[in-house]
Amino acid sequence: MTDPSTASAVTTAPEEFVTAAEHAEVKGNKPRSLASDAWHDLRRRPLFLVSAALILLVLLMSFWPSLFTSVDPNYAELSKSREGPSGAAWFGYDNQGYDLFSRTIYGSRASIIVGVAATLLTVLIGSTFGLLAGYYGGWLDGLMSRIADVFFGLPFVLGAIVILSSFRSSGDTSPTQIILLVVLSISILSWPVCMRIMRSAAIAAKQQDYVKAARALGASTSRIILRHMLPNAVAPVLVYATIALGAFIGAEATLSFLGIGLRAPVVSWGVMISDSRDVIRVAPHSLLFPAAFLTATVLAFVMLGDAVREALDPKAR
Amino acid sequence: MTTTQSEVDFEGTAPVPGAPLLEVDNLFVEFRTRDGVAKVLNGVSYRVEPGETLAVLGESGSGKSVTAQTVMGILDMPPGVITGGEIRFHGENLLKASPKRRREVRGSGIAMIFQDALSALNPVFTVGFQIEEQLRLRKGMSRRDARKRAVELLEQVKIPNAKGRVRQYPHEFSGGMRQRAMIAMSLALDPEMLIADEPTTALDVTVQAQIMDLLKDIQVERNMGLILITHDLGVVAEVADRIAVMYAGRIVEQSHARDLYRKPGHPYTQGLLDSLPRLDLKGTELTTIKGLPPSLLNIPKGCPFNPRCPRVQDICKTEVPPQHRLAPGRLSACHFAEELISGD
Amino acid sequence: MGRYVLRRLLQLIPVFIGTTFLIYWLVWSLPGDPFSGKCGDRPCPDSYVAAMVEKFNFDDPLVVQYGKYMLNVLQGNFGETFRGLDVGELIGEAYPNTIRLALVALAIEAVIGLAAGVLTGLRGRGFLDNLVLVSTLFLISLPVFVTGFVLQITLGFELKWIKTTVSASPAPWEHLIVPGFVLGSLSMAYVTRLTRTSIAENKRADYVRTATAKGLRQRRVVGVHLLRNSAIPVVTFLGTDLGALMGGAIVTEGIFDIKGIGSLVYDGILGKEGVTVTGVVTLLVMVYLLSNLLVDLLYAVLDPRIRYD
Repeated sequence: MTDPSTASAVTTAPEEFVTAAEHAEVKGNKPRSLASDAWHDLRRRPLFLVSAALILLVLLMSFWPSLFTSVDPNYAELSKSREGPSGAAWFGYDNQGYDLFSRTIYGSRASIIVGVAATLLTVLIGSTFGLLAGYYGGWLDGLMSRIADVFFGLPFVLGAIVILSSFRSSGDTSPTQIILLVVLSISILSWPVCMRIMRSAAIAAKQQDYVKAARALGASTSRIILRHMLPNAVAPVLVYATIALGAFIGAEATLSFLGIGLRAPVVSWGVMISDSRDVIRVAPHSLLFPAAFLTATVLAFVMLGDAVREALDPKAR
Repeated sequence: MTTTQSEVDFEGTAPVPGAPLLEVDNLFVEFRTRDGVAKVLNGVSYRVEPGETLAVLGESGSGKSVTAQTVMGILDMPPGVITGGEIRFHGENLLKASPKRRREVRGSGIAMIFQDALSALNPVFTVGFQIEEQLRLRKGMSRRDARKRAVELLEQVKIPNAKGRVRQYPHEFSGGMRQRAMIAMSLALDPEMLIADEPTTALDVTVQAQIMDLLKDIQVERNMGLILITHDLGVVAEVADRIAVMYAGRIVEQSHARDLYRKPGHPYTQGLLDSLPRLDLKGTELTTIKGLPPSLLNIPKGCPFNPRCPRVQDICKTEVPPQHRLAPGRLSACHFAEELISGD
Repeated sequence: MGRYVLRRLLQLIPVFIGTTFLIYWLVWSLPGDPFSGKCGDRPCPDSYVAAMVEKFNFDDPLVVQYGKYMLNVLQGNFGETFRGLDVGELIGEAYPNTIRLALVALAIEAVIGLAAGVLTGLRGRGFLDNLVLVSTLFLISLPVFVTGFVLQITLGFELKWIKTTVSASPAPWEHLIVPGFVLGSLSMAYVTRLTRTSIAENKRADYVRTATAKGLRQRRVVGVHLLRNSAIPVVTFLGTDLGALMGGAIVTEGIFDIKGIGSLVYDGILGKEGVTVTGVVTLLVMVYLLSNLLVDLLYAVLDPRIRYD
């Protein structure tokens, strides 16, 4: 359906190693034109521009927090505890006397890392299983679909709580290990959705005449999967991944809020919101600012996903 | 919800005794879209009397369905806008009538059947429900009476095992049976006028003939006015009393069916006839009309048919041809209409 | 239809076993020693260990343990906590609150979501449409606990319109309105979008035109013919959502201190009560899977075109 590289605004030649016959087939399906159409379409959508700008800003914050603030996020002055926003500290101070602005900026890093890593892992697991199930069908498909059902049967928050608390009671855990655990549990509970998307895309591709032709001509399994099925599935998975990235950042915050996700000394928006829990009434700003950043970031990814979906949907044009 | 025609009176538009059953008078409709204004109907006029069949012929986009939808009041507005003309039912201008009055006319005054019965019938209700719905809501019938009447109607359109069929869903019917059910539904309120919008296009050839026969029988039996919209000259040959040929939102020729077949009064009609395969002219090559119908966003100056017309003259490119009265009940919008029917 | 139900039930069994086994394994087997941290911070007393080993068959292989546990659960016996409380009773007390909360949430999201969706779907592009689109985007992006806290602070502490906590059990319906709104807010956004798309797709359908041509009132055309078709995906979503709402009630119950299943399981995790956690999660998985099955059956009732063979 689309060429992944164009959608992510990087150009590579997608048809490098294709035999002449296949080349013609692929051309007939015009993978490129839809993608470049979509890109052209996207650039004119206000929704896309706004969300892209927001995401760029958050990424900048997470890569170079020092561009935005010179205050150490882990330096606390108890005397300033719960002080409201002022010229010196734009967002005020929290219960411990930490500078909220600095922590909000630095907190973006952990949130983004969890979101991106969980998305990558989810898409990786889901796509692999989905492609294999869709390509081979039969008992393998049946087995994989049932396994997916098992994980799909676990409500997200509940499942994450069980997984996280079980693994964490097995010993002391360092901050890195916790991040890893959070990423793992999000992905383990989310991959079935991605698998289903990939599986139906792969099945749809398998029934295309040009894929049948390629198979009849003796193209190898890996070639068919990589050349024909993957491009077909990229559009729906891309949309899913964009929205999921936002949702996972929110999920991290929810888990941290429940006290089983990230925790100090790691700074994340979820941790900050969790810290504000007991002082909400006296210092609402300690909830407000990280929550606003969190919401805006999630919103940006959801909007981006929406915009991409609309741009890739030929019906909408 | 029962009404008779005479008890209502609206804004000075009331049924006029002795007036024709249905008259479409100089109707103008535009579609206002983002790409521009499409002039879909440009002064369409026709009339239908009880027991009469008018066939409206034309290519897709000629405005034949839009006219019917405007008559029924089911045109999508927006984008559709009625910019002029009148639609008179028993002399009463429907375009000026209140929404309530218009609704009363639908179904009981004028009913309509559509091309694709599968999508025109609601997929989630049984055929029986869809027929009974009108009887219960419009005629105040009880559930049981409505069911009885629905079975009778299905029997009238010759659906076998009607008693069992009322409980089935549209997708459980075959194409021909579905169209029969659609016809039964349109007859539920005993309309005086039936509009059939390409009723046989989606069907097999053998089934087409059966449906046309059925329509003709019902029409004779009930002395209904019938407007048959089609793009297929073959279909209308046996059924139509009169034919109106539409092109680019205009009626280019209107005539008794026999006269039109014998001697077309418009080059476009001629072209349509020449493209029909004929048994008596076996061996001669079929001709087709060259070119495509014009875009309604940009109708050619003068006669809209001039870019495709084999007899085009200079006047055709500048002046819109008026309707020439060739004989009683016979009109043609061609500058050379008289020559056409008098010459060979 | 009967055969279809049977087949679906049979398909459900391996999924149910798989999911519950997964939980059982996570809770009991993963830390190695099933008693490490299961009795609070101190090591479990020997008598308890002996009783539990007896009760939960910890000397047996994991699969056998699980099998015996499930047999007990299916007979309604959820076991006891280490304080000797009957887990079945705990669940029995907590469950009505969660069901109420989930039902309130479902009702709110169905009413508001459907209304907003139908309205914007019928009207098409315009100010109202944009307003609804933006607010659904916003609701989708807002984490539940933020919505919860903000409403608790503004409506509860500041305006004093609502009680900030609902600690009574069984929880009174009227106290659950705001928590229900919080719990259902995300799904409300989805219902709105789903309805809007569905209505917009169907409103130009031929059968809607036919219904108008039959001389039916606009209200009936929209309310019966259009809505009945557009509702199919929405009802499907709402059905699946009931199970999801119960499983997702933990955060909402925590904020508003509702004594439901969510707080039970959360307390169970904090207090390291493996029996409670396993029992509740098993039950929730059952509800979740059954509600999914129910939706499939509902689908068959709503859409006669679906064939089951």
